[in-house]
Amino acid sequence: MSKEFETVIGLEVHAELKTDTKIFCGCKTAFGAEPNTQICPLCSGFPGALPVLNKKVVELSIKTGLALNAEIAAHCQFDRKNYFYPDLPSAYQVSQLFLPICLNGYLDIEAEGEKKRIRINRAHMEEDAGKLIHEGTITTTSFSLVDLNRAGVPLLEIVSEPDMRSAQEARIYLEKLRSILLFAQVSDARMEEGSIRCDANVSVRRRGEEKLGVRTEIKNLNSFKALERAIEYEARRHREVIEDGGTLIQETRTWDDEKGITRSMRSKEEAEDYRYFPDLDIPPIYIDPAWVEEIKKTLPEMPEQAQQRLRDDYDLPEYDAAIITATPYSLQFFDRCVALYPEAKTVSNWMMGELSRLLNQHNMEIQQCLIAPDMLADLLKLIDDGTISGKMAKNVFEEMFASGNSPARIIKEQGMVQITDEDVLGEIIAGVIQNNPGVVDDYKSGKEKARGFLVGQVMKATKGQANPAAVQKILKDLLN
Amino acid sequence: MELYELTLQQLIKELESKRTNAQAIMTAVMGRINEVDGKVQAFLTLNQTAAMEKAAEFDRQPWPGVIAGIPFAVKDNYCTRGVKTTCASKMLEDFIPPYDAAVVEKLHGAGGILAGKLNMDEFAMGCSTETSAFFPSHNPWDLERVPGGSSGGAAAAVAADEIPLALVSDTGGSARQPASYCGVVGLKPTYGRVSRRGIVAYASSLDQAGIISKDVADAALVLGIIAGHDPRDSTSEKKEVPDYSTVLTTDIKGLKIGYPREYFQQAEGNVGTAVKKALLEFEKMGAIVEEVSLPHSEYALPAYYIIGPAEASSNMGRFDGIRYGQRDNSAENVAELISGSRQRGFGPEVKRRIILGTYVLSSGKYEKYYLQALKVRRLIRDDFTGVFNDYDVIIAPTTPNTAFKIGENASDLITSYRSDIFTVPVNMAGLPAISVPCGLVGGLPVGMQIIAKPFAETTLLNTAYAFEQATDHHQLKPDLGVR
Repeated sequence: MSKEFETVIGLEVHAELKTDTKIFCGCKTAFGAEPNTQICPLCSGFPGALPVLNKKVVELSIKTGLALNAEIAAHCQFDRKNYFYPDLPSAYQVSQLFLPICLNGYLDIEAEGEKKRIRINRAHMEEDAGKLIHEGTITTTSFSLVDLNRAGVPLLEIVSEPDMRSAQEARIYLEKLRSILLFAQVSDARMEEGSIRCDANVSVRRRGEEKLGVRTEIKNLNSFKALERAIEYEARRHREVIEDGGTLIQETRTWDDEKGITRSMRSKEEAEDYRYFPDLDIPPIYIDPAWVEEIKKTLPEMPEQAQQRLRDDYDLPEYDAAIITATPYSLQFFDRCVALYPEAKTVSNWMMGELSRLLNQHNMEIQQCLIAPDMLADLLKLIDDGTISGKMAKNVFEEMFASGNSPARIIKEQGMVQITDEDVLGEIIAGVIQNNPGVVDDYKSGKEKARGFLVGQVMKATKGQANPAAVQKILKDLLN
Repeated sequence: MELYELTLQQLIKELESKRTNAQAIMTAVMGRINEVDGKVQAFLTLNQTAAMEKAAEFDRQPWPGVIAGIPFAVKDNYCTRGVKTTCASKMLEDFIPPYDAAVVEKLHGAGGILAGKLNMDEFAMGCSTETSAFFPSHNPWDLERVPGGSSGGAAAAVAADEIPLALVSDTGGSARQPASYCGVVGLKPTYGRVSRRGIVAYASSLDQAGIISKDVADAALVLGIIAGHDPRDSTSEKKEVPDYSTVLTTDIKGLKIGYPREYFQQAEGNVGTAVKKALLEFEKMGAIVEEVSLPHSEYALPAYYIIGPAEASSNMGRFDGIRYGQRDNSAENVAELISGSRQRGFGPEVKRRIILGTYVLSSGKYEKYYLQALKVRRLIRDDFTGVFNDYDVIIAPTTPNTAFKIGENASDLITSYRSDIFTVPVNMAGLPAISVPCGLVGGLPVGMQIIAKPFAETTLLNTAYAFEQATDHHQLKPDLGVR
């Protein structure tokens, strides 16, 4: 980060709305179907077919707007964005330019310990385009195929104000937005499947200056990491151009994740004139405030409310509460687990520790993992009643993660029951003392570390099954 | 009288009384087409084999329906399942839709049999069928003259007794203007009265399905079949459909008729005179006839040539050679494929309107042209609303002239466009209107246009029906020199 310059970022996020059918026809929206099996005359642009708006799309858009603290327009309409491309069957994308459904929202983020409000300019409904499938790469292919399954899938484009000042803030905003979309149950919000997509508008200016610098729009940001890296790269590029006395041009650039650079796609002068005008096949939409109120009532707990609840009801630290409420799946896991095992902080520690470590290691999300909340609760109970030690529990947990088996079954199958019998332990400990006279001397002369070594030796000899508390006690008794 | 000369109502009676059967009717119609269509050139596609089979099937086991067993034809911009739908364009020369237009579905539902597809101006852009990529149709009253357009094939076919009923579209007068030129009835219902689904769009906010028939009673009958809400056309209105046919009456005593000064000023003298004479008939029947003003009329045509092309430029985008239709296989890349296909597929009038529409929607021009035209549209609508506060219907000439000669306006587009000056304002306001024959001038038919309030098709049809019953202009037939 340069001290002299400030980076200014605004994000345009396209979220695929979770509906069974497309925005203007009855075709299915399911991801991953055989190409061109979810199409009809309307979404493949045949002449004469007319659009009929899917009410669910309006409902989910209103719900999102409410979750983002936005105003819901009493009157909105659809417009046509005209351009030619083989994946756009009618040669116009039905979108909302002039009168979008949601206006003036915001969401609050916390970056580097500071709370910050990011304003949302608007959110508008639109249809997705199809997909091109190239033979080889786009530059070497001799032909391309068109898959229109995605054409007409409903999107909500959420446009922020340029309120973010670092790549990190942008990432946090996107994470928070994703979390809200998930909590509101309006989108699957999977970045890897493209059910949320993000473009970043980036500019830099000297600190203290009010006027915004020349902005570039970066596309092809397919992960949180790509977003952060691309913004950092682009901001640095802007600063270098300015410092070298060059001039920046307003343009659209694409992020090359492999090379870690952005590349020019088209300049403002080359930008297409989309010739927006109202789509007269779809009558204007008048939204009854009573309907909005009704939808408001169906809005589930949002992440901020959940965080507050976790702090109030379970006395969890803010940090824990924030992490657990990152997705509704992890909150649900926590809530279910705590219902069976009330030591909330212990549950939180396991979720943020072992569970999160394993999920990261396997690049998985909590809802995909084989461990159910009741399984973790069972495991924690087995530690409490002394059946296994905390250390053993970690091994059992890994096994649970890999196999999905219950902790009781794993313990039984692997004979992992904890050894608490003082006679059995006494014998083993006596052996350890005998084999390590030097360490015993160190211990006696007051070296605390030596005791840890001896405990470790006992654990090794028992394959971790010795009850640690009992081991400590017997060691003390035998050596003092 | 020959079977092909009969109206729908007469054919229904003939079938009901078993004096004839569906095969005899279809045979008569096909025979008549074979006999005269070489001269008139109204049809682009004949559905002969399928239609004859269907007629035979009907005779073996008749099905119910208002027009059961009776042939009909549709303009070639109506999608017909399994039957070529070209829009009279090279772009769709071999296009066979996988579905029927809503109106075609309804006519099938009423038991009708599709006999063929009718010539038109390419994508309904034109006033004479001269922009058809295949051939112009000829006016049965004078084969050297145009039948009007864009539904010229339909009007010519009905006038030449080739078909008793034709379904058309009307964006700026495409049902009424050719009906006027050919001496038949042309009805354009209120915008939203009839589903547009399956009619290849020209200008979405102006397009409406229309009917061309031999008389008003037939138009009323067919409107009853095709009108009503279609859940798959969001712009079709959820309004009850009256039984237009059975409520028809000749009693129009006290009906208030306004005739707009501006329209009569712009019409050729003898055309205006013919319509004025018709107005005297209405007075005789007890209607109150008064002059009214529609002051913004003169701006309707220029505004139409902004709004229509603007919408068309977008609606025509889908014809890109990717999924169906004309495709430039010599293209080296996607951009060439799209532009090459469009270059080859579209004729000059379609290209002209796409370019015009693209221009008026482009950045910086949108406010100046498109939004301005929308304001004009509002003023035109207000003009009508004002008059309709005091009058039940407005009557004017359908066209300022009679049919012009083929090729006559080739170098003068504006004159050609001007044949729609009295019909275009009605589309701009979304109103229902009908053109009925009201006499001949120089051996050519003159049409009288009746315009009513939104969804007042009953009043509209009654007014037209009363006139038709009181006169015999609709019974005049062109002499095609056969028999």
